[in-house]
Amino acid sequence: MVHVRELSKVYRVHQRPPGLVPAFKSIFHRAYRNVPAVQSLSFDIGPGERVGFLGPNGAGKTTTLKMLAGLLHPTSGSALVNGFVPRERSVGLLKSITLVMGQKQQLLWDLPPAETFALNRAIYEVPPAQFQDTVRELSELLELGELVNQPTRQLSLGERMKCELAAALLHRPKVLFLDEPTIGLDVAMQLTVREFVRRYNERYGATVLLTSHYMEDVRALCPRVVVIDKGRLLFDGAIEELVKSVKPNKRIVLKLSRPVDGADAARFGEVMEHEPSRIELDVRPDQLQAAVAGALASLPIADLVVEDPPLEDALRELFRRSRTDGADSR
Amino acid sequence: MRRLLAIYPTLLRVGFASALAYRAELLVWMLTTNLPLINLALWSAVAREAPVHGYGTPEFVAYYLSTQVVRLVTSAWVVWEMTTDVRQGVMAMRLLRPVHPLLDYSAENLAAVPLRAMLALPIAVILVVLESAHLSHDPFTWACVPLLIAGGWAMTFLVMSIVGTLAFFVESAGSVFELWLGLYAVFSGYMVPLAFFPHWLRVVADVLPFRLLLGVQVQAMLGQLSHADIARAFALQALWIAGLFVAVRLLWNAGVRRYAAYGG
Repeated sequence: MVHVRELSKVYRVHQRPPGLVPAFKSIFHRAYRNVPAVQSLSFDIGPGERVGFLGPNGAGKTTTLKMLAGLLHPTSGSALVNGFVPRERSVGLLKSITLVMGQKQQLLWDLPPAETFALNRAIYEVPPAQFQDTVRELSELLELGELVNQPTRQLSLGERMKCELAAALLHRPKVLFLDEPTIGLDVAMQLTVREFVRRYNERYGATVLLTSHYMEDVRALCPRVVVIDKGRLLFDGAIEELVKSVKPNKRIVLKLSRPVDGADAARFGEVMEHEPSRIELDVRPDQLQAAVAGALASLPIADLVVEDPPLEDALRELFRRSRTDGADSR
Repeated sequence: MRRLLAIYPTLLRVGFASALAYRAELLVWMLTTNLPLINLALWSAVAREAPVHGYGTPEFVAYYLSTQVVRLVTSAWVVWEMTTDVRQGVMAMRLLRPVHPLLDYSAENLAAVPLRAMLALPIAVILVVLESAHLSHDPFTWACVPLLIAGGWAMTFLVMSIVGTLAFFVESAGSVFELWLGLYAVFSGYMVPLAFFPHWLRVVADVLPFRLLLGVQVQAMLGQLSHADIARAFALQALWIAGLFVAVRLLWNAGVRRYAAYGG
């Protein structure tokens, strides 16, 4: 559904130091610097897959999404989305995709969302019966109710995002590019959006490529992640594989019936967190069995859970290694 | 084309709803677009002493009220909308839709024309009541006036679109339009009737496009154009529209390739 081969994008950025003299100089001589935002990126996404697209700020995620949506022309390489070349921006491509950006909106600011829905119905040529069905369905899923009849400017951020999602999906796109769709939303609203994306994916078999700084979004929605940094691919695979390969150690989470000294717990692994009633230990896989047995035997344990380290930790480690490798190779 | 015909009425309807939502801004803009009325006061005072180039007070009243009406209904604002949209990254959302953004802008701008015409109506009524003697009495000419106005609007929109498209290339596209507006004020007859110009400057004004945006419509309303003049004005408008259309298409295609879609 999405095929990316050696995709690169280099921005030509105007450089001007602060101050009056440089400002004056820049009138006659403009200095530019080439900034590689995406470098030789390749990956494939099959129909119906939900993939998390991760990386730190400035990694090239949004640039990649914009190239896949046909907004930016790649400097080199190629991409194919639902059989279309994005940079050609054909009607076929634009009708089969949607790009939701958490910080941008397509809703008409001074008109109710219902007007944007009507506009999109015409632009995307959605048959009237399908339009009615989809609006009803999306309204139920997102609990829109009377929100669609209030001017957009009077809606809260969360309400706007729900209407934004509905507007973006009215034409039933086959590919969803979601760029920080939950940014700024409260926890309940994040959950609503997450659940909605999952149900849309399951109902229509749509392909989802999601960027989010909320790892909970990614963990809940995406069995697979593509991780990039400085425009380069760092990892492509299942979340569990990522965690296992970068952070192979296990976490033992202990709930205690009474407080214990940190040194007592440290005998079984590295103490990552220590609260009066809870301790989290980092343990090598080959020492797991002994650590669990030892802790159960000597600590006042009310509950014990063994889990993988958080995705955040794995990513942090991956980015650290990538930057260290980059520095080494220079 | 069939697709366009199916989509455009909805674009116009939503554009009209937007224009209604922004009616206060529109009214303020119309009240501040009062240069012809200021000119009218100045020239009427001058003409009280003696007619200027054959224009007495009644002729000036007819001229500047006509100018005001034509200006109000041939205006567009797409250049400011486009430059803002490019700078703030909003253009990205427009480019994502399977409809050309310029088509979208044209519907938004065109949809406001009825509202503008409605607000210009009192001026037109005053014009007819006060100075009907100085207006054309030829039905054919009056039948042509709306078409000349439509041509003038289309030219204005296309020129604005070209300048707006420059925002893909340069940061100060808006100021390029200020230059255009300066020339427009002089060579369209907006400031003073072109009849006041020396012969050589009238020749220059004839070659430039500005007269086709406002001057010919006003002259037609005042009965100063023969049928042949009107036919010539239509032909020139058609040529300019075709040329501007090609130019905006080429510039747009080049601009979209350069577009960096900054801003999130």
